[in-house]
Amino acid sequence: MSASPTVTAPVALRPIDDRPEVPMRDAWGKGLVALAAEYPELVVLDGDLANSTRADLFAAAVPDRFFELGIAEQNMVGMAAGLATVGYVPWISTFAAFLAKRALDQIRVVVAQPGLNVKLCGSYSGILTGKTGKTHQSVEDLAVFRAMPGVATIAPADAIELRSAMRAMMETLGPVYLRLTRDPSPTIFPDDYAFRLGAGVLLCDGEDVALISTGVQTVRALDAADLLAADGIAATVLHLPTIKPLDTAAVVAAAERTGAVVTAEDHSIIGGLGGAVAEALAETRPTPMRRVGWRDTYGESGPNDALLEKYGLTAAHVAAAAREVLGAGRPAS
Amino acid sequence: MTETVAIAQPRPSLADLRRRSAEARGLIVAAVHKAGAGHLGGPLSATDLLVALYFDALNVDPERPRWDERDRFILSKGHSSIGLYAVLALRGYFPVAELDTFDQIDSRLQGHPDMSKLPGLDMSTGSLGQGLSPGVGMALGARLKGASFRTWVMLGDGELQEGQIWEAAFVAARYELDSVTAIVDCNGLPQFGWPETGGFTRERSFDDPGAKFAAFGWHVVECDGHDHGAIRDAFAAAVAHKGQPTCIVAQTVKGKGVSFMERDFNWHAKVPTDDHLATALAEIEAIRAQPGEEG
Ligand SMILES: Cc1ncc(C[n+]2csc(CCOP(=O)(O)OP(=O)(O)O)c2C)c(N)n1
Repeated sequence: MSASPTVTAPVALRPIDDRPEVPMRDAWGKGLVALAAEYPELVVLDGDLANSTRADLFAAAVPDRFFELGIAEQNMVGMAAGLATVGYVPWISTFAAFLAKRALDQIRVVVAQPGLNVKLCGSYSGILTGKTGKTHQSVEDLAVFRAMPGVATIAPADAIELRSAMRAMMETLGPVYLRLTRDPSPTIFPDDYAFRLGAGVLLCDGEDVALISTGVQTVRALDAADLLAADGIAATVLHLPTIKPLDTAAVVAAAERTGAVVTAEDHSIIGGLGGAVAEALAETRPTPMRRVGWRDTYGESGPNDALLEKYGLTAAHVAAAAREVLGAGRPAS
Repeated sequence: MTETVAIAQPRPSLADLRRRSAEARGLIVAAVHKAGAGHLGGPLSATDLLVALYFDALNVDPERPRWDERDRFILSKGHSSIGLYAVLALRGYFPVAELDTFDQIDSRLQGHPDMSKLPGLDMSTGSLGQGLSPGVGMALGARLKGASFRTWVMLGDGELQEGQIWEAAFVAARYELDSVTAIVDCNGLPQFGWPETGGFTRERSFDDPGAKFAAFGWHVVECDGHDHGAIRDAFAAAVAHKGQPTCIVAQTVKGKGVSFMERDFNWHAKVPTDDHLATALAEIEAIRAQPGEEG
């Protein structure tokens, strides 16, 4: 796994009045159907959640390559490993919370260590899991997979990036963890956008502060950049759809340009994007930083807006962290 | 059974298989002595089953360890790796001398089987309870591809305590995957077991696995796991049975073949001294040299 060259100019985003809200899980189900037509070796294994993860779209379209393995995630991962050894490319359908923890040792021993070509898809990641609460919210999946040698880790921002990332996953030999979300979120990338594994994506190029984000939090980072612009603060927004391999060059470039970094993720600030960026900068270019994400806590069930507000994940929280890190000043040089 | 048969050699006699078992046992004890680490009780209880698989049952070709049509074997009780390595070496997958590298740095013969290092291993194992699921996945893959290879998975009876075994058992029966066979090396002793006061005999680690597999919808065959004739018959019954996966419950003795290791849980993983080694090799040689009727 090596990072591709870093994007240096901001990519074009969709116009602000053309950002349809699409549930990533729907795009995932449709994406599987589209890929199945091209890749006869693609199979989908489900842990009795297909109508939540939207693997049911695949089950309806390609029934002979859909396998319902029941509520038994450890066995599902093991069977995926077996199928991979005989030439199939299994995509696993379950929730991030269960995949990353219930089947963790299985992923380690029969998928990651032998480097088998299994696509680990964790749906319902983060805090917005349809009022299911802390058992179903996934606060540490990025940290888990980022620490596991040999597993590429991806968290797309929207349905367009997801579609492109899924193709890249089929073209990448070896285990990949794909972080998916449940609820509709704005589509920010144009139809012709192309995801590249390991490459950061520069969305805004401001000189005052760098907002570095992943997954659907990138949409809130863009909103935060707007809030900051109203205060005369010019933000860089660097989207990192790949947490591993991390685009360290892009992170360092953003830190160098701005001298202040805020990370934003719907995940624990420990071990995920914030952890990865802090580690990268500490070893290359120590930079004042704030991490926006879950603050070492479990969540609860509740309406989305209330959850984002209570756990500090809104655009306003990202903007406030930016003001704070700027106010804290930069180290004397 | 299959159209693309690779077994060029004539079928071994039961006496040949017995001699192979003794050879393998000698290599196992010597390798653990040399490495200063490794397991003994489990490898020795599994030896006859492993020999029967690689010299008699499996459609494999040591020259082409990644041949698509080969039968698959997964040693789910991965701590018995040295048993598998000894048999693979005797079967010609790699030189017998390479057994000296067992557990040494940079060796292909890792403490637990690592498929990314040694060609001929069909799955990495070592964390107990995980081997049956990949085997069921392979059998499902064979069906999807229309391939005729079979998949064999060896489990320890203690290992059956892991819940994932029963997840896999349930799904294999549900999909009627008759090309997968589980072999339970039923030696009655795990590592420490259920402690009993006094002595080395302990309670069985897991009661009546056959009844449990049958309840999960499997075809069950019982056999003496140290009798090559009985093993051959059990394997044949597994291959012949259609519509259900088969579980072979092989009754074995932990530490089989070395008197002072037999039925003693302390020999699960213990390094023999020089004296232990000499006694063990002499006992094994005596068994190997026995005339025994041809079969
Ligand atoms: C998940 C897991 N837990 C514990 C162990 C440690 N361990 C290695 S062998 C063993 C006992 C295995 O007993 P059994 O399956 O009966 O094997 P055998 O007697 O044939 O050696 C244990 C507990 C392990 N390797 N994996």
